[in-house]
Amino acid sequence: MFQAFLLKYAEVGVKGKNRYVFEDALVRHVKKHLSKVTGNFNVSRINGRIFVEATDYDYDETVDALQHVFGIVGISPVRVLEDMEEDTVLKASVEFIRDNYEDKHFSFKVDTRRANKSYPIPSMTMDANVGAALLDAFPEMHVDVHKPEVRLHIEVRESIFMYSKTIKGAGGLPLGTNGRALLLLSGGIDSPVAGYMVSRRGVELDAVYFNAPPYTSERAKQKVMDLARIVSKWTGPINLHIINFTDIQLYIYEKCPHDELTIIMRRYMMRIAEQIAKNNDLLGLITGESIGQVASQTMKSLFCTNDACSIPVYRPLIGFDKQDIIDWSEKLGTYETSILPYEDCCTIFVAKHPVTKPNLNIIKASEQNLNEKIDELVQTALDTDEVIRIGDETEQ
Amino acid sequence: MECYLDNSATTKVLPEVAELMHKLFLEDYGNTSSLHNKGFEAEKYIREARDTFSKILKCSPNEIVFTSGGTESNNTAIIGTALHYGSRGHHMITTRIEHAAVGAPMKFLESRGYEIDYLDVDSTGRIDLEQLKSLMRDDTILVSIMHVNNEIGTVQPIEEAAKIIHEMNPNCLFHVDDIQGFGKLPLLPKKLGIDLLSASSHKIHGPKGVGFLFIDERAHVSPIILGGGHQGGMRSGTENVPGVAGFALAAKIMTDDYDANLAHMKEIHDYFTGELGKIEGVTINGSKEYGAPYIVSVTVKDVRAEVLLHALEEKGVYVSAGSACSSNKPAVSATLKAIDVPKYALDSTVRFSFSPNTTMEEIDTAVKALNELLPFLRKFKRK
Repeated sequence: MFQAFLLKYAEVGVKGKNRYVFEDALVRHVKKHLSKVTGNFNVSRINGRIFVEATDYDYDETVDALQHVFGIVGISPVRVLEDMEEDTVLKASVEFIRDNYEDKHFSFKVDTRRANKSYPIPSMTMDANVGAALLDAFPEMHVDVHKPEVRLHIEVRESIFMYSKTIKGAGGLPLGTNGRALLLLSGGIDSPVAGYMVSRRGVELDAVYFNAPPYTSERAKQKVMDLARIVSKWTGPINLHIINFTDIQLYIYEKCPHDELTIIMRRYMMRIAEQIAKNNDLLGLITGESIGQVASQTMKSLFCTNDACSIPVYRPLIGFDKQDIIDWSEKLGTYETSILPYEDCCTIFVAKHPVTKPNLNIIKASEQNLNEKIDELVQTALDTDEVIRIGDETEQ
Repeated sequence: MECYLDNSATTKVLPEVAELMHKLFLEDYGNTSSLHNKGFEAEKYIREARDTFSKILKCSPNEIVFTSGGTESNNTAIIGTALHYGSRGHHMITTRIEHAAVGAPMKFLESRGYEIDYLDVDSTGRIDLEQLKSLMRDDTILVSIMHVNNEIGTVQPIEEAAKIIHEMNPNCLFHVDDIQGFGKLPLLPKKLGIDLLSASSHKIHGPKGVGFLFIDERAHVSPIILGGGHQGGMRSGTENVPGVAGFALAAKIMTDDYDANLAHMKEIHDYFTGELGKIEGVTINGSKEYGAPYIVSVTVKDVRAEVLLHALEEKGVYVSAGSACSSNKPAVSATLKAIDVPKYALDSTVRFSFSPNTTMEEIDTAVKALNELLPFLRKFKRK
């Protein structure tokens, strides 16, 4: 029943001279997402919005695809009238309401916009006439011009667009308009959400996973790949770096106080991540940390971890409660995978009572014990980085 | 060298079996219900398979019902008995160390108002026949006891249990989950007084997805899968002809010389446990006297089972974790708990399981790997 979709974007519209860069990116992403959907689509720009004409298409699949495009705030399914005679418009509006609203006990307003000034009927007249026709057909409806529950838009162009519903889009900014960053992906609940959050601001992702065989299994690695795949539905392809962390971890275990193990281990993860970022032109690190969630995420612990690297670290979940993060992860569809019970490398040697208030100087002193071999181990880990590209549509 | 010592999880299909099944997929692919020749050919395979199993179990061919595997066989035995004899009583007896394929249907019946009594086991995993006697009632309709425990290999006194059950309540059925025993450790249901017996194909080098339930002709069990009335109405659904034929061939080969197979596995078992005995901090769970010679449950102090498993895997040695456990969700083994092992063992137990095809070289590889790995792994333990 809908022949098109109008896609609204908010922030993109106000970015000054960069606006075209953003709009072009958005159109490109819309086309790319729709290329995987059954149907024929024609994507164009129209007056600060994107217009998608659709034929022989699957409605649910299409809306779902559009909801995965960052930068789109609203998706309105549109009925297109080629025949612009007043009678046709009146009849079509009655049909439109009849077909789209089962219960018609609501207030409404007709909102006509006449972009095509050669069209003979003025907006106000159209509003009144359509309103009258609707009241005639459905006496249970009533008019409210200030706060209507349903706003029926009639847009007069080369044809007439009729729409009333706006489906929520993913929001944010179009991908690729803000560079790439490296997500530290652990397999838990938080990191996939963190990756999504930053990516929503137009950032493309690489990810790094610290693997520790035989302490972690192939299934744990598969789980991380599965999580990356889910997130990539929004973020586009992700280069997943798999770093073998076992030897570093065992070396720290041997040489450093046990209760400092997690902090020192995380500092080395940050260092390795920073190096991967530098080698791959990535502009920052992303972690799923949130203040106070676990011992390694107290302010003091974060102070110590943060000290280990010099590039920006983005922590989009820093002020989130656990439940907020869980809600997001359920929304993204990563939750069920995240809670699969495979050991990850952060938990295998975790002390019963890790330090919650580490002192940076003491930590640094402990790290001195690693001088003999650590550089070599870090270099080996970086040299054996296994990169897997996740979510590229060329691989199926 | 690949050293597969997880034969109680599943086994490699025998080449002869794979070859036969290949032929059945591509040539003799008929549906037994079809009236034409293709259907008749398919039916012949099923009939032959029934004959094979009836010879192995020394029972009548029509006492064999083919299923999708051990789990379905156990479910049919338990739920089917409840459906058929529920009017007689709502009491069943089983053990604390059954596989979930028995445990879960029992729990299901419990939630529907059945009373289930669980037999305790001693530290070797054996039930107490006196306790069985004390639990038997007039309204007991089923006793279900496994033959060989899947985790620690303990063999139950099936014959003695059968006698007690039938003497104390002639109307009560006796079911034996023989999934870890069939084809390796002989058990003759008709001779011993077992009314229902579950078996699985993929534990004895047959294909996955097929098993059978032996139902004594005097016993009655209601079907739990309804439809076109295949197999005399006991189990609807087009017969898995390649699976059944493959299972039968595997069973024929594996039971051709029980004694030689058992002797071979015993030799491997004794050698392996002897070598394990030399390693410090290693204990072997289960019963010395009543243990199947192809399951060795080993507790390794100060090493987490999952870590040892993956470390062995890196050396080509495949085993099971006695109880799959992780920091997120401890899934503690009911069997290990029931035999009252020390707490650390719940997280530090692995299972090695053999088949008649396991070689001495494989055992040597495993022993060597353990001797190399354990000192290293023990250096890094959770403090």
